[in-house]
Parts: sequence; C-alpha cells; structure tokens
Amino acid sequence: MKEKKSRCPQKKRTNLPIMAVTYLFTAVFVSMMVYICYYSATHKQELINNSYNGRQQVLTAKNIRGTIYAGGGEILAQTVTDEEGKEERNYPYGNLFSHAVGYATHGRAGVEALGNYYLIHSNAPLSEKVANDMSGVKYPGDDVHTTLDVNLQEVAYQALGVYKGAIIVTEPSSGKILAMVSKPDYDPNQIEEIWDSLVEDKESGVLLNRTTQGLYPPGSTFKIVTALEYMRENPDTYQNYGFQCNGSFSDGADRINCYHGQSHGSVNFARAFAKSCNASFANIGVELDKGEFQDTLDDLLFNQELPLELSYNKSRIEVYDDSPNKDMMQIAIGQGTTGMTPVHLNMITNAIANDGVLMKPYVIDFVENSMGSVVKQFSPSSEKRLISSEEAAALKGLMRGVVEEGTASRLKGLSYTAAGKTGSAEYNTVKGDSHAWFTGFAPVDDPKISVTIIIEGAGSGGDFAVPIAKRIFDAYFQE
Amino acid sequence: MELYITEISKYVIALLMALYAYESFAVFRFRDEERRGGIYTRQNLLMLVVHFSCFMAICFETGDITYLFFYIFQQIVLFVTVMLFHMVYPRANRLVVNNMCMLLGVGFVILTRLSYEKAVKQFVIVVCSIALTMVIPFFIHKMKFLKKLTWVYALVGIAALAVVLILGAYTNGSKISYSIGGVTFQPSEFVKIIFVFFVASALHESATFFEVFTTAVVAGIHVVILVISKDLGSALIFFVVYVLMVFVATRNPLYLLAGTTGGSVAAVIAYQAFRHVQVRVQAWRDPWSEIDSTGYQITQSLFAIGSGGWFGMGLFEGTPNSIPFVEADFIFSALAEELGIIFAMCVILICLSSFIMFMSISMKLNDSFYRLIAFGLGVTYIFQVFLTIGGGSKFIPLTGVTLPLVSYGGSSVLTTLIMFAIIEGLCMVKGDEEKEEKYAVRKKRKAKNNRTEERNERKEE
Repeated sequence: MKEKKSRCPQKKRTNLPIMAVTYLFTAVFVSMMVYICYYSATHKQELINNSYNGRQQVLTAKNIRGTIYAGGGEILAQTVTDEEGKEERNYPYGNLFSHAVGYATHGRAGVEALGNYYLIHSNAPLSEKVANDMSGVKYPGDDVHTTLDVNLQEVAYQALGVYKGAIIVTEPSSGKILAMVSKPDYDPNQIEEIWDSLVEDKESGVLLNRTTQGLYPPGSTFKIVTALEYMRENPDTYQNYGFQCNGSFSDGADRINCYHGQSHGSVNFARAFAKSCNASFANIGVELDKGEFQDTLDDLLFNQELPLELSYNKSRIEVYDDSPNKDMMQIAIGQGTTGMTPVHLNMITNAIANDGVLMKPYVIDFVENSMGSVVKQFSPSSEKRLISSEEAAALKGLMRGVVEEGTASRLKGLSYTAAGKTGSAEYNTVKGDSHAWFTGFAPVDDPKISVTIIIEGAGSGGDFAVPIAKRIFDAYFQE
Repeated sequence: MELYITEISKYVIALLMALYAYESFAVFRFRDEERRGGIYTRQNLLMLVVHFSCFMAICFETGDITYLFFYIFQQIVLFVTVMLFHMVYPRANRLVVNNMCMLLGVGFVILTRLSYEKAVKQFVIVVCSIALTMVIPFFIHKMKFLKKLTWVYALVGIAALAVVLILGAYTNGSKISYSIGGVTFQPSEFVKIIFVFFVASALHESATFFEVFTTAVVAGIHVVILVISKDLGSALIFFVVYVLMVFVATRNPLYLLAGTTGGSVAAVIAYQAFRHVQVRVQAWRDPWSEIDSTGYQITQSLFAIGSGGWFGMGLFEGTPNSIPFVEADFIFSALAEELGIIFAMCVILICLSSFIMFMSISMKLNDSFYRLIAFGLGVTYIFQVFLTIGGGSKFIPLTGVTLPLVSYGGSSVLTTLIMFAIIEGLCMVKGDEEKEEKYAVRKKRKAKNNRTEERNERKEE
C-alpha cells in the first residue's frame, strides 16, 4: 500500500530524463531540417554548375541552351540546331565579347558560366513543353539578358587596339557592368578548334580575363588609397601638407624617383596627388601607421574576397606591422609586390563616385523564359560602405584635380566633367617600361559611368589610358 | 499528356505526404488511443494515395505497365499488415504500425526506381520479416524471463560481433557481414537489439555505480570490436544508446556528463589513431577539394539533394544512381532529388513522430525493464536516422548507416521491423499494467468499503 502511494509522485520525476532526451533529439532534428532546406535552396546553382555533377548532361539533353542578349536586345550567344539536329553555339560578335560572354565548351567562362544554371533550365510553359514532346523537339532553355552595352564594348575594344590589357566600364550607382574587354582574346565560335593551342600557350594567357583575373602593380592609381589613409590619420591637418620635390625621395640608401625623374617643386597635398608626385607619396608612405593602414586596406577589400560572381583573383598587398621603410615607400606609390585586378580598382572608384557605398557589380540583368516572361530579375544591391561620405567627397575633389591641373588634363574642358587618377606602373625597373592606368568617372556631380583601363607596356597613363577613357566617355554621353 | 500527369503528380504527392506528416503529429494532441481513431483512418487513406500516386508517376514516366502489378502486391502486403496488427493486437499502437508501413512504402517506391531487381528482393525480405515479426509482440508480452538473461545477452552480442571481426567479409572497407548458406548477415544490426536488452536487464533493478561500471565494460567491448571492424556508425550508435540508457536508469545527469566527456576523449583518440576516421572527418570538412576520391560520395549526394528543389525532379527524371551505394546509405538523397525537399522533410518528420511515440510509450510504462527497452530502442532508431540523413547532407561526418525501413538491406529492415514489433509488445505490457492498476484501485476501494461495512456492523453491535 505504501509503495503504491509513493509511486505516483516518483513517476513524474523519473520521466524527466526521457523527456529531456526526446526534446534533445527533436531540437537536433529541427536544426538538421532547417540546415538541409537552407543548404539546398542557397547552393542550387553552385551544385548544378559543378563539373562533377552529371545532372548537367541530363538537362542539356532535354533543353536547348538559352540565348544571351545584350542590354539593347542584341544576341550575344545562341544555339543553332541544323537539319540533322546537331547543335552549335554561335557568337555573332566573334572576338568582341570573347571574355565577357565567354564560352560553353571545354568548361565555361564569362556569362556562359555565370548564367549556366538558367541557360540549361527550361521554364517554358507546360503547354509548350507538351507540344515539343509531340514533335520531338527539345525544350527551349531560359534566356539571359545582360547589362552589356554593344556600343561601349565596341568603342573600348577598338580603343585598346593591338595592346594587351583590360577595360571595364560600369555604372557606379547600380553596379551594372556595361563593357568588359580583355586582350589578347579569341573567337568563341572557333573554341573547339583553337582550344588545344590556347591551353598549350602559357605565355600570352589568352583565356585569362584580365579585367577580373589579371593582377597588375597598381602604380600611381594606388595613391587614392595612400591619400585616403593619410587623410584618415590627419583629418584636420592634411590640407596643410607641404613637400619640396626635386624629383626623388630618399630614405637612407633607398630612393624613389618621380616618373621620368621630373621634379614637381613645392607641392601641397592636392597638387602632389594631381601631379602624381612619387617623391611626395613615398614621404607620406614612411609616416603612415601600419596598423591603421592594414585596417584601411581591409575596408577596401585588399587580400579579401570581392563581391563578384565572375571568376576573379584576390588583390594582394603585403603591409605588416614591421614592414621596413623601403617597402612602405614602394607600397605607397603602388609598386613593389602589390598586385591588383582592374575590377577591384573599378570597385574602389565606384565607391568614391557613389558617396562611399560600393554597389555589387553584376552583369546578368534578368532571365526570361521562351514566352518572354521574367523568371528571375536581378536588382542593384549595395554591397557595403567602403569609405565615409566625407572621405568620398574629399577623394572626389582630389580626383577632380587630376583632370583640372594634373596628369589627366586631356579630359579637361569637355561637355561633361570627369574625375580620375592615372598610373604608370613600372614592371621592368631596368628599362623603365610601364603599364598605363586610368580609373575615373563622369560627370563629377552625378556619376553615371566609370571606367578602369590598363594597357600593358604602353607607357604613361596620362598619354595612353586617358585618351581611351575620353573616347568611352564621349561615346556614352553622345548616346 | 504524360507530362501533365507527371508534373501534377509531383505536387499532389508532396501535398499528400505533408498531410500525412501533419497527422502523425496531430496524434499527440490526444492522450487516449481511442480518440485518435479518426486520424489513423485518415493516415491509412493517405498512405494508400501517396503510394498509388508514386506508382502512377512511375508507370507514366517509364511507359511500363508491369510496375502496376508490383505495386498491387506491395499495397496488399502493407494493407494486410495494418489490418492484421489491428486485429491480432487490438491494443497495439496504430501510429507505430502506420508509420512503419508508410516508410516501407516510400522505400519500395524509391527502390523500384533505383533498381527493380533490388526492390523485388527487398519486397520478399520484407514480406518474410513481417510474417516473422507478427508473433514478436506476443512473446514480449508473455516471456517474463527476458529480464533475467543479462549475461546471455552480453555473451551473444560480443560473440556475434567477434565472429564477424574474425571471419567476416569486407564490404566497402568495413568488416560488417558474413554469409551462411548464401545469405549475408550483418550481425551488428541484430546485436543493437540484444544490446538494448542487456543494458535494460542489467540496470532495471538497481543502477548503482557497480552496475554502471560492469555494463560499461561490456558496452566498451562492443564499441571497440566495432571500431576495429571499421563500422564506425554502429560503434557510435552503441555508445550513444548506452550513455543515454544509463542516464535514464540512474536519473543522474553526472553520468551524461561523464559519458559526453569520455566520448569526446575517445573520439579524439580515434581520430588520432585511425586513418579511416581522419579521412571521414576530412571529407566532411571539405569534400570539394577531394571531389574525385574521398569526397566523391558526399559531393554526389549533395548534388542530388541540391538538384531536386521543393517538389523534386520527378521519379525517373533525376540521376540518383550517380551516388555510390545510393540504395543503402544515400537513399535519403535519392528521395530529395526525385520527390523533392518537402517530401524528404516529411520522411524525417515521420521518423521523428515514431521516435516521440516510442518515448511516450516508454514514459507510460511502470516496469523499469520495459521502460528502458522502449527508450533504448527508440534512441537506437532515431540516432541511426540522424547518422544517415545528417551524414548524407554533410550536417555531420559520414558514417555509412542505412535509413531504417527505407534503405535496401535485409538485416537492416528485419532488425527495424523487430524493433517496431517489440514496441508493440510493450504496448500490450502497458495494457496489462493499466488493467492491474485499475484492478488494484478497485480492490482497494472494495477493501475500504468492506472495512467501513465492518465498522458499521461493529457499531451496530
């Protein structure tokens, strides 16, 4: 009798461990389910695009690869089926869009890679699919509409001429990529035949999209970063900066020369930037606080992943707490071991043009099914604020100075206002050969377009890169 | 025309499955089995329609009508199982039977799609197993001496595992099976049940430090043999089941703490000592860099899970056969690819609902032996589900165990059916206990009445 009575309260207590285990497993299972749903929803494209995933073949056997269009509706890539049912990918513009649109055999590149998921899927209406089933025709894949502008692409392509190099044209307020040229290039229509020779040729790197993958010494364009850091460290006094340039700056045995040994005389901060005075910036470089400099470089995405879906290389820069003055002098003027991609420099330029906020660059505007209804719309998204709005305004002023009284004076006195920074990055210290750089935007008050240009081995940025920028700006504002 | 049917069937199947999963949790709103009757009937109907829709989709997709005959056989077996359990064991829990048959049905569908030959083989095994397990609830109910066989369980378990270690054949790098007369057995599956009985019988009367220590030694031997056999999944299951059963038997969270600490230390040692453990962990952390070697299985599984979307590619529309051992270890990924994420989530929910019902039955049992059995089997079941689904989806490192009742594999399905049947047997034990309690209460009341009467009589005197 006593036992019976004591059992009831005891029973409640003994259930506690079982309850605990039940809740534990329920919690574990709920988190596992959330994880699986989240993973499958967010990694869909990445998984289908993996070359080890055989499902691509299943989809391409079922659907005809979709068409890629330019912003104006021009066809950039399409699949043509001949009478025997053999499919061929056709690129009407040939070499012009080789790196931007890419290729879809022997792996993929460019928009062909980026939009692969959409191109091989078909969202055609069920009735059309049924009709296709009846007549034994494959389903039409979805079409990808890009932000690319055929006119600007042509201008940039012609302007680069026979030089190796890269040009990227974007819209700072949205991040839309308007043109993307990289040379040397190839004809994507011939990719089957030329593939082996392209792969064997390790020297020229024809398959490399230099706008996103080419790592170049940034040269004087890097003074944008150095200037920003100096302003951050001396917010109230940087305007008072003064330097007497006699064509070089020495720190012990190490010496930095101005471009072609030119002496700039007495310069203040704005003039040192406009004239791209190496001596002056080397002088600034040795004074910088390395810890704070590293923070600024982090803010500007150096040594970090870029918000870019095209395949790219990370820009690399080596600033350590104990970097010697010798290195800091080189780093401050964009020489030494620093390597930067044109697209990264363009992102920094866009942030300056867009009040400090970087818009995520994108090239696919929207995806449509065969009936022309939109399957997926991509909209501009602000990636993050790289610099404060005051800093952006100050840098804008400095870059305006480069056009008004500095190295980019060929952009002065036009129907539009422009701002930018030139660079002449020496890559062969013995001969003094240099890559010509320009990065900038227009109009200054309400930037609509930004360009970043590098011409390999051409000479000074002011002489070679700025005229190309002018041709692109002209073409844009004429439209 | 076929396209309309196959496309629409995807949504219908997902919806019906979601309804079934909902009902399998709606059950817990009511405490009495009697009041759940409506739910169970609806579940039976949904099972029928889901199973039928899947096979309709298969027939339309392949254009092969012979699948329909196979379907009819399956449907009969599942229907008869549900009915028989209900008639022979009216006190049996119907949710357990329904979920069991639903999962078997899902298994038949996906196995038919993956390999018709294997599906037929599995079907034969399931029919025999069900026939065999029909009697189990009766024996569990009647055989009271099961409580006393502690050391018999220990010896049989260790012997069975040791025999495989010495004589067993290597399958996929692990020594886990051996053949008798052409039939391949995987003893670690059956030993799981024996092990639960061992721990329950050892700890049900008293669970002092002495008992915990002696059972820990036996449990340790089991785990070590399995680790040496490279059957890491089973080793992990035994370990977790043991620790949790000790926790429930002693009601002392310190054992849980000790078990977790010990387990972590053992895991670190195993990681340092065994190459195959390192490979598994490496393949989990970053399968992409080893995509054509150790990461191949898991990445192929992820491709499958990622390609289906919410409603799946449709049966026979995907390529789940690209995953090695898809019908055993990665059946969940095949389900997710062809029947969709929603369907796959419903399968997880059904497994979870079965587990919660096991726990609920365990909590209602008064006899601590049976209580521990129900608890131990429930944990064995759900932890195995966790290992296989979590492993296939890269939630946890891959251990290579089957999804109970759904995966291809005779030993696995027979073991799980036995486990479910034992649970039904425990429901009958529970029924007895309830009857006894009622009887005791009535007796008490009677005694009380008698006493008052006596007193009254005495007063009258």
